[in-house]
Amino acid sequence: MTKITFTFNGKPIELHTDPSRRFLDVIRNDLKHTGPKEGCGEGECGACAVLINGHIVNSCILPLANVHHQEVMTIEGFSKTKRYAVIEEAFIKEGAVQCGICIPGMIIAVESLLNRNPNPSDEEIRVGLSGNLCRCTGYNMIVKAVLRAKEMGKGLW
Amino acid sequence: MSTINKSVPKVEAKDKISGKMKYVSDYHVEGLHYAKTVRSTIAKGVIQSIELPPLPEGVTIVDYQDIPGKNVVKMIYEDWPVFAEKNISHYGEPIMLVVGPSKEMVQAVFDKIKITYQEETPIFDMVQSKVDYHFTKGDPQTAFQEAKKTIKYTYETGYQEQAYIEPQGFIGTLEDEKVTLIGSIQAPYYVKNAVIDTLSCKPEDVRIIQATVGGAFGGKEEFPSLIGCQLAVALKKVKKPIKLIYEREEDMEVTTKRHPSKITMEAAIDEENNITAIKSHVGIDGGAFLGLSSVVLSRAMIAATSAYTINHLQVDGDVYITNTVPNGAFRGFGAPQMIFAVEMFINHLAKDLNEDVHDFRLRHLAKQGDKTTTSGTFRDPILMPEMIKKACQISGYHKKKALYESSEKMKGIGMSWFLHGCGFTGSGEADHIKAKVKLRKDEADHVYLEIAAVDMGQGAKTTLMKVAAEVLELPLEAIHFANPDTDIVPDSGPTVASRTAMVVGGLVARAAQEINENWQSGKPQIVHKSYKQPDYMEWDQATFNGDAYPAYSWGVNVVEVSVDPASLEVRVEHIWSVYDVGKSLDDNIVIGQADGGTAQGVAYGYLEVMNHRNGKLLQKNMTDYVIPTAVDMAKTETVLFDNPFAYGPYGAKGAGELTLVGGAPAVAIAIEMAINKRVSKIPATPEYLMELMNND
Ligand code: FES
Ligand code: FES
Repeated sequence: MTKITFTFNGKPIELHTDPSRRFLDVIRNDLKHTGPKEGCGEGECGACAVLINGHIVNSCILPLANVHHQEVMTIEGFSKTKRYAVIEEAFIKEGAVQCGICIPGMIIAVESLLNRNPNPSDEEIRVGLSGNLCRCTGYNMIVKAVLRAKEMGKGLW
Repeated sequence: MSTINKSVPKVEAKDKISGKMKYVSDYHVEGLHYAKTVRSTIAKGVIQSIELPPLPEGVTIVDYQDIPGKNVVKMIYEDWPVFAEKNISHYGEPIMLVVGPSKEMVQAVFDKIKITYQEETPIFDMVQSKVDYHFTKGDPQTAFQEAKKTIKYTYETGYQEQAYIEPQGFIGTLEDEKVTLIGSIQAPYYVKNAVIDTLSCKPEDVRIIQATVGGAFGGKEEFPSLIGCQLAVALKKVKKPIKLIYEREEDMEVTTKRHPSKITMEAAIDEENNITAIKSHVGIDGGAFLGLSSVVLSRAMIAATSAYTINHLQVDGDVYITNTVPNGAFRGFGAPQMIFAVEMFINHLAKDLNEDVHDFRLRHLAKQGDKTTTSGTFRDPILMPEMIKKACQISGYHKKKALYESSEKMKGIGMSWFLHGCGFTGSGEADHIKAKVKLRKDEADHVYLEIAAVDMGQGAKTTLMKVAAEVLELPLEAIHFANPDTDIVPDSGPTVASRTAMVVGGLVARAAQEINENWQSGKPQIVHKSYKQPDYMEWDQATFNGDAYPAYSWGVNVVEVSVDPASLEVRVEHIWSVYDVGKSLDDNIVIGQADGGTAQGVAYGYLEVMNHRNGKLLQKNMTDYVIPTAVDMAKTETVLFDNPFAYGPYGAKGAGELTLVGGAPAVAIAIEMAINKRVSKIPATPEYLMELMNND
C-alpha cells in the first residue's frame, strides 16, 4: 500500500493502494468512472485514453504510480468543458459515431491533437488519431468532424 | 417523394460521446463473481486426466457434468458442445469455467489446473467435407461441350477477424429459478433459445437483455450463444451474479472468424468471346464445428456470378471440417469470398481473351428481367450502368487506368461491381424467423418500438424510430426504442443479413400505419405485426431453385493504390463508392455504413492477415492482427442512388453487408495493375507480392 495523490477531473484524490495497478482498473473499479473503455488492454486501441496534463495517455498500460502529483482528466471531466461541447457537436453533425466504444478515447485524442495543433490538416488529423482504432467508421466522418470542430472552435485551442 | 433520407442526429450519439453509455463491462452488480474459461491446449485428441488443485472457499468449477439439458449450443446444426467432454476438436476448446469472488482467486486456481491429453493427428487441410451443396442453372454440360475454349482459375482467401473494439461477454444473475443475461449480442432470441435447451428449462426462466453493443459485424451473431449457455450453467450452480467477459487475446483466439476459402471457376467461352457457362467449386473451411457454416456456404454459392448474368451454371460447394477454431458469421457471410473470386476471374478472362475489361464486363452485366444464379428473376430496376458511369466519372477511372497501365510507376486503380441479396435466403424469413414486432402507444401518445432489433452502431435505433415517426407524423422525441429485453419484446429475428431496415423496418411501418389509422389520442394502444413473404417469392431449398432473396442491393467500388517499389507495401490512396440500397433511411447513417464497410472490405484484400500454426492462431491481439488506422484509410467518397423497393419501408433495401463485399477485389485489381502481375489470393501482402514479382 502506498499513498498516491493526483488531481482527478479537477478534484484532489488520495488513494492507498498498490501503485503497480493498471490505472484503467483504478479509474473504472475504484473511482467508478466507466467512460474510458478497455478494448485491448495492451496500449494498441486507445479506447482507454485519458488526458494527463493535457496529453493523451493509454491508461491500460499505465501503472497508477505514474499519475502521482499529475493532473488527470477523463472523458467525464472533459465533457464539462466548452471545447468538449464543440467537438461533441461536430461529431454529431458529421455522423461520426457508430457503436461508440472507441469514441470517448477518440474525443480525448482530438482534444490532445488540437491542444498541440489547433489547425491540423487532413493528413495531420489522420496521424494525430492513428493511436485510436475504430472498426466501425473507416475514420472518414471522424476526420470530417475534426475539421469541423477546429473551424467551429477557433480561438478555443 | 419522402425526405426520410435527410440526416438527423443519432439518438444515442450524445451518451456515447460523453462516455455515459453503458456497455456490458460497465454494469456493476453487488457480489459479482468472475469466470474464466479453461481451454484445450491441443488441436485434436482425448482428455486423459484433469487434476484440480484444492479449491479455496467460494471458488467453483463448472463443466459439462453440470449441464441440466443438452450439451450442445442450439444453432442450425447441433454439433457444437457447450463444454468439451472427452474429445477435443480444436485448440482453445472450452472445457470448464473457474468461478470465484475475485479475479485473483480465479486466476490462482486456473494456473494450477493440469490437463493431460492423448493427442491425435489433427486435420488442417480442406479434405473432410461435412456439408455439400450443388445446383445448376440452364444446361452447363451442353454449353461446355460447345465451347470454343475453356479457362479455369483458382482463388484463395484467408481468415478475417471481426475485430470489434469491445470484446464479447455477459453479466448474468439468478433470481429464484430465473436466469438473466445482459450481454453484447446481435441476436437476443438466439441466446435465449440456446440457453433454454442447455438448461432444459421453461422459456419464462430465461431472460436476455442486450447491452449497448461496441461493434459486432457478425461476430456477435452465434458465438454469444456459446458463452451465454456456459454462463447460464454456471449461474445455476454458483447462484451468484457472474461476469464472463473476454479479454482481447481470448476473444481473438477462440471466437469465430470469416471462413478461409478456395474457389475454382471454369468458364466456357464462345466464338464471340462471351462467357456461356461457368462451373464453380466453392470450398470453405468451417473449423471444428459447423455452426452456421452451411448457410455461409449457400450464400457464397448463390453469389456465384455476382453482378453478372451467365445462362448456364454448375455450382458445387463443400464445408470442410478442420481442427481449427470454428468459423462463423462475419458481415457479408460468404459473399466476400465469392465476389472476390468472380471479380478476379472476369478480369483474368478478359485479359486472356484480349478483351477490354470494362467492355467485357458490361456485356455480361445483369439486367432487369434476367435470371439469377438460382433461376429466380431480377424483378426490380437495375441501375448499374448509370452507377458505373458515375463511379468512373468521380474517380477519373478511365484516364487513370490508361495512365497507370502505361507507366512504370507502381500505381493502380481497380474497380469492382457487385450485388448483395437482402435478408435471409429463400423462405428462411417466412419459415424459420417468422419475425414479430410490437408497437405500444401510451396515454401521453408516445410510441414504443418493442422489437428485438439490435443497434450495434449501424443506426438501427435512429432509422427505425424515423420510420415510425414518419408514418405516425410524430416528432422523433415521441418515439422510444429501448435495448431489447426478451421479457418485453417479441422475437423480431436476429440483427443480421442486412434484414433489419428492410424486414423489421417494414413491419414497424405496417404496425405504425395501423396505430395511425385507429389513432385514439390519450388512450393506450398496442399493435402486433408478423412477417409476410412477398407473394412473388418462390424457393426450393433442396434444389436451390427460385428467388433466393426478395431484393438485391448493388454497388460499385473504385480503389486507387500505390505500391512501394522497395518494400512492396500497398498504400490505398483513395476510395470511391456508388451504392443502390433502395431508399436511404438516413444519408449520414448509410454513408457511415459505407465508409466502415468499405474499409473492412478493402483491408480484407490487402492488410488483415491471420493464420494458424498447428491449429493455433498466430495473431492474437491488436498488435499482431492489424486493422486499418486513420492513416491506413484513404479518403472515401460515396454516392447513393435512389431506387425504392416496393416492399421495404419507404423503399429501403439492405445496406450493411453490401458495403463490405466489393472492397477486396477492387483493391486486388488495383494492385495487379500496379505490379503488372495477377493476384489470385488475398490478403495481398508484401510477401505474396514479392512471390509474384519473383515468379517470372
Ligand atoms: S484498452 Fe488501452 S489501448 Fe486498448
Ligand atoms: S464507432 Fe465503433 S469502434 Fe469506433
